[in-house]
Amino acid sequence: MNRLRQQVVCFWLQLKILLFSPFEGFLAVVFPLMFATAALLVYQVNGDPAAMLYAGIGAAAMGIWTSQTVSATTLVQRERRAGTLELVVAAPTPFSLVLLPITFAMATIGLYSVVATILWDRWLFDIALHVANWPLFVLSILMATVTIALFGFLLSVTAVRYRTSWALGAALEYPGWLLCGFVVPLDLLPAVLRPLSWALAPTWAVEGMRAAAAGESPWSDLAICGAVGLVYAALAAWLGVRLITAARRDATLALT
Amino acid sequence: MPLTERPAVEARDLRRTFRTKQGVLRPTRKTVEAVKGVSFEIAPGELFGLLGPNGAGKTTTIKMLITLLIPTSGSASVLGHDVVADVREVRRRIGYVFGGDRGLYERLSGLDNLRYFSELYGVPPREQKARIGSLLELVGLTGREGERVEGYSRGMRQRLHIARGLLHDPDVFFLDEPSIGIDPVGARELRATIAGLREQGKTVLLTTHYMFEADELCDRIAVIRSGEIVAEGTPGELKGLVSAGRVLEVETYGVADGVVETSRTLGGVRSVVVEDRGQVQVLVVSCEPGAEVTQAVLGQLGDTRVGRVSHRDPTLEDAYVELVTR
Ligand SMILES: Nc1ncnc2c1ncn2[C@@H]1O[C@H](COP(=O)(O)OP(=O)(O)OP(=O)(O)O)[C@@H](O)[C@H]1O
Ligand SMILES: [Mg+2]
Repeated sequence: MNRLRQQVVCFWLQLKILLFSPFEGFLAVVFPLMFATAALLVYQVNGDPAAMLYAGIGAAAMGIWTSQTVSATTLVQRERRAGTLELVVAAPTPFSLVLLPITFAMATIGLYSVVATILWDRWLFDIALHVANWPLFVLSILMATVTIALFGFLLSVTAVRYRTSWALGAALEYPGWLLCGFVVPLDLLPAVLRPLSWALAPTWAVEGMRAAAAGESPWSDLAICGAVGLVYAALAAWLGVRLITAARRDATLALT
Repeated sequence: MPLTERPAVEARDLRRTFRTKQGVLRPTRKTVEAVKGVSFEIAPGELFGLLGPNGAGKTTTIKMLITLLIPTSGSASVLGHDVVADVREVRRRIGYVFGGDRGLYERLSGLDNLRYFSELYGVPPREQKARIGSLLELVGLTGREGERVEGYSRGMRQRLHIARGLLHDPDVFFLDEPSIGIDPVGARELRATIAGLREQGKTVLLTTHYMFEADELCDRIAVIRSGEIVAEGTPGELKGLVSAGRVLEVETYGVADGVVETSRTLGGVRSVVVEDRGQVQVLVVSCEPGAEVTQAVLGQLGDTRVGRVSHRDPTLEDAYVELVTR
């Protein structure tokens, strides 16, 4: 019970840090919107409404991906610079439980960017989302947000030991757009990359969103998505313990 | 062993080496031996000082004790819990405060910073509010707690740090240069706070570069130099260890070469150093107990203009300087 409260309070305080400046919040939404706009302008040339819907949904998920992969790794780096990393590691709370609320605070920002993208699609491109099953569609969006957050969580754990892993987060941003099939169908990618796409939870979440919009059943996609997300979480918790030990052995907690 | 006799902190032959890289194009690995076999015990309720010059290994020693660094070899325990095997038990029972203005969430208010760490330290929700309130009172931040930390002065940050370290009411405190950057009045209040901790029966390990602070506060002091403890004892014992006797200070205007060397050979003289104090150079002569060397030293000075001549008791600083420069 106290643990739950702890997670909620920490989530709220971390959200406060993230929402610190309205300008930063604005930027967090503007970038995804610009990418979405670019993707939709390309698709518009065809004049095919089905393709527009395809791209519109993908662009929404892309926003969460963009706002989280990069920020997840810079987050630990930020704690390191502020000198708080050592203090939170020295606290009795397991480190993964310190990172989890931070990850969810970021996921919340990601959710906000999905909503913004959907509204933007509607106003600018007149893409009225014809969603057959709204509750399942919203569930799929939430799954996308949570699993992308968990992926960010996994990345941020590695940043505890490896100071340069923020670069990995940044480097994953654009390949992720392709690999998760946000705006380009996966069938167009070389088959060797297929397993990589399957290992990325957002791939399944976007499939789920599309299935729910089209009135098909998203459950199988969502189940796989949830399973992959859980694997991320388990892997992060397992790695977390090991990487913290490595950081204590190699004295990289205090270095900036 | 009965519970009361168990040391609160125990270090046994602690060692720590760091590997660093040098050079960009052809990196060479270098090993720094920061701590080379440090052993000490701190009794429950004792205020123990760790003194030493920059880079002596004080912070490294503390970080091993608070589980942030794993010792390269040797072992240590806090309240009977091993710092490598029982990490959580150790973390739950200790408080850690370091000097300087890092280690706070700039974007949160002072109050939110304390709330965040209360949660991480598992302070029971029902006690949090009262606890935070009384700590803000203790460090004199009441009324400013709602402001963001980015607007705090250095001393305010330092005081917030101290409140943070006290949140979970730990039994053992590690204070690494807590008075750095605090004004004299604030430093005095801080010393009162630290003395108050000892009165409550807390165990404290303190590092500082201010000798009067160590002298005033510490029950026992260890002097560490290049990763090794070179002396250990009460402030009184340390003063006696190097300089039982008196210190003669002679103000001179331009002391001649060779005077220092020849003075050292005089009977009853232990050590001679020259200190520049503005215009004058002061010959600091520490003497054997009972030895009367004033006339002999003045004789060595010959024609040199001499100012004030005075005697004083050795201070902890004299002892410290001798220990770390020997
Ligand atoms: N993370 C690290 N990586 C490499 N070397 C380190 C690291 N931390 C400390 N050292 C080295 O270990 C030695 C001891 O440093 P330490 O910080 O313990 O000294 P200190 O006694 O606390 O000094 P000060 O009074 O300046 O705080 C120094 O030579 C320092 O350069
Ligand atoms: Mg230090």
